[in-house]
Parts: sequence; C-alpha cells; structure tokens
Amino acid sequence: MAKDKLMLWGICLLAALTAVPLLAILGEVLLRGYHQLSWAFFTEPTPTAYKAMKAIEAGEPIPGGIANGIVGTMIMLGMAVIVAVPLGILCGAFLAENSKNRFAQFVSYLTDLLQGTPSVIIGIITYIWVVVPMKGYSAIAGSVALCIMMVPLIVRSTEETLKILPASLKEAGLALGGNKARVMMRVQLPAAFGGIFTGILLAVSRVIGETAPLMFTALGCSLIRFSVDKPISAVPLLIWEFFNDPNLQELIWGASLFLLLFVLALNLTAKYLAKRWNQ
Amino acid sequence: MESVTPILEFKKTCVSYTKQTMAVKYVSAAIERNTITAIMGPSGCGKSTLLRAVNLMHSLYQNIRVDGEILLNGENILSMEPIDVRRRVGMVFQRPAPFPTMSIYDNVLSGFSLNGIKLSKAEKDTTVERCLKSVALWDEVKDVLNKKGTFLSGGQQQRLCIARALAMKPDVLLMDEPTSALDPIATKHIEELLLDLQKEVTILIVTHNMGQAKRISSKSMFMYLGELVEYGDTETMFTNPIDERTKAYLTGKMG
Repeated sequence: MAKDKLMLWGICLLAALTAVPLLAILGEVLLRGYHQLSWAFFTEPTPTAYKAMKAIEAGEPIPGGIANGIVGTMIMLGMAVIVAVPLGILCGAFLAENSKNRFAQFVSYLTDLLQGTPSVIIGIITYIWVVVPMKGYSAIAGSVALCIMMVPLIVRSTEETLKILPASLKEAGLALGGNKARVMMRVQLPAAFGGIFTGILLAVSRVIGETAPLMFTALGCSLIRFSVDKPISAVPLLIWEFFNDPNLQELIWGASLFLLLFVLALNLTAKYLAKRWNQ
Repeated sequence: MESVTPILEFKKTCVSYTKQTMAVKYVSAAIERNTITAIMGPSGCGKSTLLRAVNLMHSLYQNIRVDGEILLNGENILSMEPIDVRRRVGMVFQRPAPFPTMSIYDNVLSGFSLNGIKLSKAEKDTTVERCLKSVALWDEVKDVLNKKGTFLSGGQQQRLCIARALAMKPDVLLMDEPTSALDPIATKHIEELLLDLQKEVTILIVTHNMGQAKRISSKSMFMYLGELVEYGDTETMFTNPIDERTKAYLTGKMG
C-alpha cells in the first residue's frame, strides 16, 4: 500500500514537472508583457528607433505597436491556408483511399520527410524559387514558405481521420450507386470534418510562430501594408527585430504575449472541436 | 420448368480472398421474384461474402476475385459497371449506417444526391414520404425530418437505411444480418416490415438466426464452408432437411 502511494505521488510529481516549462514561460511573458497591451498596441505600426529613443529619454512608454506584424501574419497565413487546405485535403483523401498503392505509399513517405524538413531550409529554398524570380521579398513568398510547411500536416490529419471512419460509411455510400468521388465529397469528408478542421488549426498554430522562413521571404516592414508583392512584416519577425534594437526591446514582451495567447487559443479551440467531434 | 427468368441467379459463383482458398465455392441457385430468401450458416461459411458479390462490393478490394456468373434479370452482373448494378441492387448493412452529417430527409434522398440525380422539391417531398411510410417510420419522424439521422434509435436508424435503399427503387434488396445489432422489439418491427416489403422488392437476407429465417423467408439457403449445401422451401428445410449437415445445423449440433 505504501509502495502504491509512493508510486502515485512520484507519477504526479513527474507529471507536474512537465507542466512547469509551459507555466513558467506563460508566467514570465505575461508578467513582462501585460502592461504593453493596449488598443494602440494592436492598431499602430512599429515606431521608429528614433521615436522610441525619445520616448525612453522622456520616461514615457514606447509609442506604437505591432499592427504591421499582425496584418502581415494574417495576410500570409490567409494565403497559405487558401492553397494548403484544398491541396492537403485532396492529397490526404488520395492517401487514405489508396493505402496499398505503391505511388501513394511513396507520397506518404515524402509527406513525412517534408514535415521533418527544417524550416530554415524551406525558407532558403523559397528564397531561390520565389524571391529571386520575383526580384524582391514579398508576402507571396512568405505565404509560399508557410504553405509548404502546412501541407504535410493537413495531409496527415486528413488521412488519419478518414482512415478511422467506419468502413460501413463508405460502403453504404457506394452501395447506393455513388461513385468514389461523390461518396468522398458528400459522405466521407463531411463525416471527417471535425478531425480535418482540428488538423488545419494545429497546422496554423504550428506555422504562425515560424520566423526563419519569413526572414528569407517576407523580410519585414515597419508599415502596415496590404499589398502582397512587397516586403511585409509578421509578428515573429517583429520579435526578432525588437531583440536586435536596444530602443525597441521593451516591445518584445507584448508581441510575444500576443503570439503565445493566439497559439494557445488555436490549440484549445482545436482540442475542444476534436472532443466534440469524437462524441 | 418455368419460362420466366429468375430475378437473380447464381451460376457457379466463386469468391476467393487469396489464391489458395475459396470463401464461396461454385454456388448455383435461382432466386424467385418478390420472395424473401434467407441465407443461413455458421460464421465464416461465406454467406455474407456471397451476398456482397451481388452488388459488386468485392470490386472495392484488390485481392478478391469473383468467378462464375451472377445474373440480374438474365444479365451478368460481373460484366456490368458497379455503379449501374448498385443502383438496381440495394444493400442494408449489419450496423445501421445512416450518414452522420445528413438530416433524416437528406439520408432518404442520399441515393439520388450520390448519383448526381437532381429532383424537384415536390419530387423530394413525395419520395421521402413514400419511403419513410413504406418502412413505417413516417409517423415517428415526420416532425423531425431536419434532425440528423444518428439521433434516432438503432431500430429507427436501420429502418431509415432501408428507406434510403428503397428510394432508388431497386429490384433486389440485400440485407446482411440487418437485425443482429438490434433489440428484440426493433427486430420484430423490421421482420414485419420485410414481410410487407416483399411485394415491392426481392429480398435476400443473411441471417444466423434460424428463428428469423423461419419467420420471414419462403426460401432458404444453407451454406457450409463456402458451399451451398441445400436450397429450397424454408418450411421443407426446417421440417425435413435433405443433407445431414443442414440437419445438424438446424438441430443445433453444429454451429
């Protein structure tokens, strides 16, 4: 009995230990960053180093915010999602339906490799493929890099979700005379929607904090910009810029807090949806 | 000899999952129009495999071979397009499988939507009402047609699946142990329903419930180890089986 209790306490302690890093990170960022969050922080672009320096000298809070990064992140994510979602779902459906096909197995293997490719390499490749031919950094290039990173995640979640649907669902559809494409579109994919949507959210939260690939592609910009063919900012890029500029270092924490909370919110939404869908 | 073509006829039908073993061996039998024919036998005897050959379900899986002939109104199914066959041969599965994302209304019409057939609103309404009435589900669900099919009880779900199959006006309805996942009362409802439905459609039902075969079928097949051991009038088979194996199965000595 005493042994059982000891074991139980030991396990609880170890479990608690794994939660410590996350709580510590959240606590640190929250403590350092909460006082920066204001309306202006989300609506104004990054201040110039000169303005920031003046404010620091005058003992005032640094003006401006990270709106340029938020807008850039949203634009690039949006474009990446528009391409990655249909591509990933179609590929996932193909893999789930042809798991014994040699070509499908090969594609599946490549998907795994792509998923494991370091993001910095995806960044430099996108630079060669998109930035160089377009003769400039742009939101398009950034979204291409993010898209390449998202596709394998969506493929995998679509494939896994379709595979765990009961076979009777597909057979019932085909038994009514439907062809495979219609049964996929009208029966299987709708039934798998919860799992696929969860996968998309996780893919978004996975790439939203990517910095390295954007350094090679989007570059960054201190203006709020809506054009897709010019350099654009992103929240993780801003964090890196703030770190490199002594006058802007105060802003690191507000930007970090925003990014962290956004990712947490996406993850919680994904978890909640997955749970609801499983019931 | 009758000169009428049987609605469905097996001619030396064989199904094999691997090269070495046959799951169904040289089955020959003619199914009469507007009857209920039960396929009985112990687990693994090939009864479901034979049934699934009729709507070409086996063509979905690479390694399964179907040989011989299966004639639907005199035409060999095995050389027809699966989609054409499946529109004429409906199927009801062991576990009720209404489409979870569709409403009751859309479930009944799913055969049309999956075939890309467009119906007018009036046609849809009459089809839904006709099919749900013929499975005695209309009164229970007429006010909740927009709810999901999965919200119904197991027995109701199975009747919805039958309605869905009937909507396509099939010649033959295949049923793979349709009541084995249901409670006795729901089973009784389905059995009564099938007796009614045989006026519209020829029913081929796999069952390992001998009582059920006796209650509803006019003809019975007994299969054992892939062979069709005996095929004839249900009453004769139950009172006076010819083959020793049938007798052993029916008296519970083998199962």
